[in-house]
Amino acid sequence: MNFGLSEDQVLLKTTIKRFLEEQCPTSRVRAIMESDSGHDSGLWQGLVDLGVPGLTVPAAYGGSGLELLDLALAAEELGYAATPGPFLGSALATVALLEGGDASQREHWLPRMAAGTTLATIALGEADSEWDPARYMTKVAGGKLTGAKPFVPYAGSADAIVVGAVDGSGPGLWLVERGAPGINITPLKVVDMTRRVDTVRFTDTPATKLGGSAAAMQRTIDAGCVLIAADAYGGARRCLDMTVQYALQREQFGQIIGAFQAVKHQIANLAAELEPSLSLYWYAAHAFDRIPDQSARHAALVKAHMTDLYDRVTRDTTELHGGIGFTWEFDLHLWFRRAIFDRSFLGEASVHRARAAQLAGW
Amino acid sequence: MDLSYSAEYETFREEVQQFLKQHWTEEDINSAPPPDQRAMMMGAVIRTDERATAFRLKAIERGYLYRHVPKRYGGGEQPPDPLKSTIIAEEFRRAKAPAEIMGQGPSMLVPTVVEHGTEEQKQRFVRDTLLGKITWCQGYSEPGSGSDLASLRTRGVLEGDFWVINGQKIWTSNADTSEWMFCLARTEPDAPKHEGISYILIDMKTPGLDVRPLRQMTGDADFNEVFFDNVRVPAKNIVGKRGQGWVVSRSTLKHERALIGSSVLSRRTLDGVIMMAQAVNLRGKPAIQDPYIRNRIVELETKVLCSEYHGYRMLTMQAHNEEPGVAGLVSKLYGTQLSYDIGKLAMDLMGDRGLLAPGEESAPAMGMFVTAYMWSLGILIAGGTANIQRNVIAERGFGLPRDAAASRK
Repeated sequence: MNFGLSEDQVLLKTTIKRFLEEQCPTSRVRAIMESDSGHDSGLWQGLVDLGVPGLTVPAAYGGSGLELLDLALAAEELGYAATPGPFLGSALATVALLEGGDASQREHWLPRMAAGTTLATIALGEADSEWDPARYMTKVAGGKLTGAKPFVPYAGSADAIVVGAVDGSGPGLWLVERGAPGINITPLKVVDMTRRVDTVRFTDTPATKLGGSAAAMQRTIDAGCVLIAADAYGGARRCLDMTVQYALQREQFGQIIGAFQAVKHQIANLAAELEPSLSLYWYAAHAFDRIPDQSARHAALVKAHMTDLYDRVTRDTTELHGGIGFTWEFDLHLWFRRAIFDRSFLGEASVHRARAAQLAGW
Repeated sequence: MDLSYSAEYETFREEVQQFLKQHWTEEDINSAPPPDQRAMMMGAVIRTDERATAFRLKAIERGYLYRHVPKRYGGGEQPPDPLKSTIIAEEFRRAKAPAEIMGQGPSMLVPTVVEHGTEEQKQRFVRDTLLGKITWCQGYSEPGSGSDLASLRTRGVLEGDFWVINGQKIWTSNADTSEWMFCLARTEPDAPKHEGISYILIDMKTPGLDVRPLRQMTGDADFNEVFFDNVRVPAKNIVGKRGQGWVVSRSTLKHERALIGSSVLSRRTLDGVIMMAQAVNLRGKPAIQDPYIRNRIVELETKVLCSEYHGYRMLTMQAHNEEPGVAGLVSKLYGTQLSYDIGKLAMDLMGDRGLLAPGEESAPAMGMFVTAYMWSLGILIAGGTANIQRNVIAERGFGLPRDAAASRK
């Protein structure tokens, strides 16, 4: 019985953490988020060199052959550093190909994605926050895709988009390549500038069907829930760490504010919520990897729980900083914004709690 | 992450199961009346009849119980292994077998006497306490000394061969049924407050000692007040040296505590709440179909899971001798908030019937949920209030400055 990380996992996590400390200070985060594309190919290449996009790709396709828990540890560190860029879309496109691609599709795409020569993203959700594949309006007929996907991460930078749509046999996944006819990409102005989303409209766009079905799509969404929860944990942890540091330095009324019980207690309350949540996200990732009958429900639970908590932590830690926390120049709002992304993307908390209730058979 | 037990531990589990099958039968289980529900909720069920004692002696001999206590004082004496402790706890619970006796004797007095007591004290008290033959209450809190325990004022004055004790204790669970009390008394009035306290063992039958029940807000009396009027205690009943009582009482509990247990109660209450939500109607439909109720149940179930998984994580760290830091300090605060939230949901589901007190026959689940709801307030205070827990997390966990008022004056 070992409810914890392996030595390799600790090493992986530490390596990514050190890389981001050096290569992704908030000064660079700000430079990237204020750029047009919000994507810095140099930073992304650094993550590729560390093997991040290929963590779950089988060794035969040039990846590390690890599991979602390992990828979630990377997501946690990326969240801790507020790393801008296409990680999430890329990771979910990878899951979609692993779960839904046939042998030749995997063999074609996965090595390129792991090596960073191809950047892929995912287009699942539709208008009205609809993440239920059974209700997708995007249609495929005769190998041509038509419809609109309003929230596609980094579509403008992507070489390939995995799209959830419906054809005569029901929901499924299709792959569309950059430059295919009938693609129209509109960048959106978003709250979290470290994770861009674009609206993508397809009009009779040629698309290749992936072998998998709705189940593959649901697995992709579940993986997304776990990765977002890990990101949220990392971000919340960072906010709390920054706040403890600040409470030990900032002086008012002739003493450091960390000496005031009001401040201590607010910090303690956040820590008391955050620590047990780490165990939940580890378990949810582990369930995705190893415990099939608990996987979907835990994904729903952890997405709802962790993004709710992230929201609370960013609010309370901003409050604890006082005025400086509400300025543009101070970094806290980077995580406040990421908490908004994590909360909204892939369906908000109540959607996932309703799903968890349904999965329990209530 | 590997949630299975290795072959070594599976073998150990089989050994324990074999032992239980052989030594604790269906007949043994049925040889005593089942505990009443209220007693179960309080976690106070202790079987100490002859069958139970005979079984416990065998289990101790095999090293399954009291593993941290040396054999020569009546313990099981085994190297610490939290996984084995957990397996033992799980299997004993499953077999409804008498496990380690809960309560303040085995959990607090024994480790303290084993570490700081004289040979005579060890021989006299440890074995009989482990078997439930001597029961103990804890004389710590006083009316003027709750969170600031070290300010306690119950006096102990050495007169010849006796300590003469005067003063008052409060919130003393089981003082009315216990044979002995381990008591903190101020014996060095001129020393700084933490250095003037001694740890003294008092026979509850000593003249001058008066126990009065204390009725708490639930309406029941589960605690007592204890008054000392020139209570004469043999001088040799001090544990440790004069003035070292504070340190003696804080001596680390060298327990390999089965950390999984802490979330068991909230899981049980939540399961009861879910059953109730399926049984009662809200606006003409089962309450569990109401979106708001479903949402709340799922939210709380998630927190119960957090608490369970956190227990597994702490257990793993303990097994690997890792220092848990902040993570090791949050369980009580998390658990008390959770038990309140679950209790609140239960109250809402009962609707108007939430007005009914325990004892009213038409009260849902015999008033169990109302009792749980009230007790969620009790555990918020007992053993260090939530605000004290918050201080501990902030100070020991994050290194924020200690409160000025708590400094060693």
